Amino acid sequence: MTELNRVDLKPKDFQSDQEVRWCPGCGDYAILAGVQRALAKQGIPAHKVVTIAGIGCSSRFPYYMSTYGFHTIHGRAPAIATGLKVARPELQVWVATGDGDALSIGGNHFIHALRRNVDLKIMMFNNKIYGLTKGQFSPTSEFGKKTKSSPYGSVDHPFYPLQLAVGAEAAFVARFIDVDAKTAGDVLAAAAAFHGTAFIEILQNCVIFNDGAWDELAQKEFRADRTILLEHGKPMIYGQKRDKGIRLVGTRPEVFTIGENGLTEADAWVHDAHDTDPTRAFLLGRMEWPEFPMPMGVLRSNARPVFDQLICNQVAEIQQSKKADLQKLLDGRSSWVVGA
Amino acid sequence: MSDAPSSHDFGPSSKPVETLESVVIRFAGDSGDGIQLTGSQFTAASAAAGNDTATFPDYPAEIRAPVGTLAGVSGFQLHFSSKDILTPGDRSDVLVVMNPAALAAHKKWLKPGGVLIANADAFNQKNLLMAGFAENPLENDSLADYQLFKVDLARLTGQALEGMGLSAKEIERCKNYFALGMVFWLFERDVAIIEDEIDQKFASKPHLKEANHKVFQAGWNFGENTEIFRIRYRVPAAQDIAPGRYRSVSGNEAVALGMVAASVQSGRQLFLGSYPITPATDILHSLSGFKEFGVKTFQAEDEIAGICSAIGASFGNALAITTTSGPGVALKTEAMGLAVMTELPLVIVNVQRGGPSTGLPTKTEQADLLQAIYGRNGESPMPVIAARSPSDAFEAAFEACRIAVKYRTPVMLLTDGYIANGAEPWLIPRVDTLPKIDPNLLSSTEQLNGEKLLPYLRDPGTLARPWIELGNPGLEHRIGGLEKWDKTGHIAYDPQNHHNMVKLRQAKVDAVAQEIPATQILGKDSGELLVVTWGSPWGSARTAVRELIDQGKSVSHVNLRWLNPLPPDLGTVLKRFSTVLVPEINNGQLIKLLRDKYLIDCKGYNRIAGLPITVAEIKQAVLEHLPS
Repeated sequence: MTELNRVDLKPKDFQSDQEVRWCPGCGDYAILAGVQRALAKQGIPAHKVVTIAGIGCSSRFPYYMSTYGFHTIHGRAPAIATGLKVARPELQVWVATGDGDALSIGGNHFIHALRRNVDLKIMMFNNKIYGLTKGQFSPTSEFGKKTKSSPYGSVDHPFYPLQLAVGAEAAFVARFIDVDAKTAGDVLAAAAAFHGTAFIEILQNCVIFNDGAWDELAQKEFRADRTILLEHGKPMIYGQKRDKGIRLVGTRPEVFTIGENGLTEADAWVHDAHDTDPTRAFLLGRMEWPEFPMPMGVLRSNARPVFDQLICNQVAEIQQSKKADLQKLLDGRSSWVVGA
Repeated sequence: MSDAPSSHDFGPSSKPVETLESVVIRFAGDSGDGIQLTGSQFTAASAAAGNDTATFPDYPAEIRAPVGTLAGVSGFQLHFSSKDILTPGDRSDVLVVMNPAALAAHKKWLKPGGVLIANADAFNQKNLLMAGFAENPLENDSLADYQLFKVDLARLTGQALEGMGLSAKEIERCKNYFALGMVFWLFERDVAIIEDEIDQKFASKPHLKEANHKVFQAGWNFGENTEIFRIRYRVPAAQDIAPGRYRSVSGNEAVALGMVAASVQSGRQLFLGSYPITPATDILHSLSGFKEFGVKTFQAEDEIAGICSAIGASFGNALAITTTSGPGVALKTEAMGLAVMTELPLVIVNVQRGGPSTGLPTKTEQADLLQAIYGRNGESPMPVIAARSPSDAFEAAFEACRIAVKYRTPVMLLTDGYIANGAEPWLIPRVDTLPKIDPNLLSSTEQLNGEKLLPYLRDPGTLARPWIELGNPGLEHRIGGLEKWDKTGHIAYDPQNHHNMVKLRQAKVDAVAQEIPATQILGKDSGELLVVTWGSPWGSARTAVRELIDQGKSVSHVNLRWLNPLPPDLGTVLKRFSTVLVPEINNGQLIKLLRDKYLIDCKGYNRIAGLPITVAEIKQAVLEHLPS
């Protein structure tokens, strides 16, 4: 486990001197501020943190952070972050990516980082659109979506990102909406404290090419009725009046109203974020408005051995038992001498 | 370790001995016959006897093609000599074939009058048909050009193991030791080497250990007792090779060792990001076993992740490398551009194979030179260095690392399938003579002397930018693939700045030329014809030019270690010869670079057969271009 000296820090300690150049009103501003707040609260100084991104609007993130940063190439941030983390396990590494960057061009690196459980915090800004290339459907765009590259409607079936992550063996899976600063703070703090790959889907609004994509969930007046905040060990109760619950009927989640049909709070599904069986996290990953309230918060937090640590441990173990003698290595197992 | 060549026989021999200067022997059989192992064991014994050696494994892409088919034939050629040799030999003096398919596929490599030893048992109707023989070539006069020795290997192996209770399959697997025993007798090789090897290999299986000992000795005894072999051959220890401690090394092993040595000499941990690909995978195998040196290996999910992880590790100040072959280089192209743009040290090893596309995975070729030099989007210059032989790959790998670190640049190291899998004796360097590599890290704000941190400030001598050590306060900075402002490294779209940066990146790679020593010329430094090679044709070209010089021809030879940049004095060297001949295993790539840079009408010799260019081919090409 990385042990770092905690110090008193302010969010501005994580702001770089670069002018932030996202479109006015972009959801990314709130996410950036949230991350800077979370890092300040965590108390690890900027020089022990590295921010890595691929390509896309979200991937400008490293330029606006005062940490070490690397704006890499499209889809490859998890691979670059893996190499860095294996070389330098003592640094905390955050990856900023988008729905196109992580799930389309970088899909392979994304699933393999999750499978290996590299100690990375992967924030995927999901605006269900390609923004930087000015508006094409993405792997999370809804079926039938009309965009510049799908004028008659997209015939692509979308991913459920959290379900994909659970299927790829992700140890930590969470979600929040860009406008919900409270949940953002809680989720980012939990991700920061998690040792292993922490995957966070951030529902983010693109004001230019897909404005209002999450409005049905994000607007304050509906949020309580259309989302559910998952809390470990607590029953799944939601709604403005906290009168609705989720229960499990076999392996099928179901919405019910407390007090109706003889159902009470005791019938609600109790969230277990540490469940080693991924089945329930998988079910949560598929729940979507309007059939269900959209789950927010930490779906899964299930610590298991961490890849970069395992590599370092193996090296350390061999170094304990075997002396590194370069001349002996070069000489090999069998050699001979010519001449005097 | 054996400090002096000594010879152990199983017993006294009554047969006469003929002394030879050099012998080329080729073993061929099914890929399951243990041909590569047999060949390497014979090589080890020849090296231990003080011969100079060079090998060429020639194996199929299929792991186990159907038994007895042409597709499944695996070959191994060894050249052992009492002289200093540079190639595994054009054609063989001795060919050992384990079945008809091996004969059909490899007969063309046997010199007329050469010794052909055939496993006669395997020449049955089924195997003959699969190899395309209408009738048994051992029984008609179709092999009259060779000295044919028919040996019933399977039957004799079975006889030697009678009563041991082994299964038919186990007996079948022992027969390569019979063949090995026989050739050990034929060439007076030290049997103790194989005895030790059998002891180690079968330590946990005593019945197989005993069986293989028996079969090996039976093969040796057969040589001594049978009437068919009348003489033994002796190739004395080589006298004209440099004194020192030697070992046998393959090109892939040498690359791995060179990387570890560079890691130790630079004090930087070694990180390898790699995806398995023929014929480069052995480098990953070797390095994953060197953990005591702090080597971290990452078997990535694909070629792209292989290089990207290495770039991440380099950003984290490790000595980072990625290893692959041509198709993998194609996939890594975009990431190489990122390494060029971010000016991070990185070594990309391309063990070239036949292309395009999947091409000839197990065969050698040199057709990735232009890909190495030009194969990226934008103006993306990168130093390119090539190894010329298996043992030379150590120095080439070390040098690639040294330049990558010193100039903060990706460097491509080119080897090929022939260098990678071929083996030869290597004069092992003494560690205390290896140069140190100064990583020259920027690790503290104190090194800035009160100035602002400028991630793209350049060293005046090398034009290298600082390699900033992550994790230190005050040195936080951001890099990326977008164009940089000069010095600050901030994102920049300014037209004049882009122009300047393109020129700066080129100037930095050009500056590597100051590291290249004066071009060494074999032969006179002016004359009728100069042979210019890069990579593996070096050995054949050098041998050919030596022989032609001995015949009084006005021929010289130059081999290029650096392909980008080219040696500063190369232009003046080329212009001192009437004709420049460039043999390459491609359709003419170096020749394009030389014509472009020096405006000289070079001549090419291009044979692209998945095989090394031979000494005879180069000699003929030279003679065709010399005035008669």
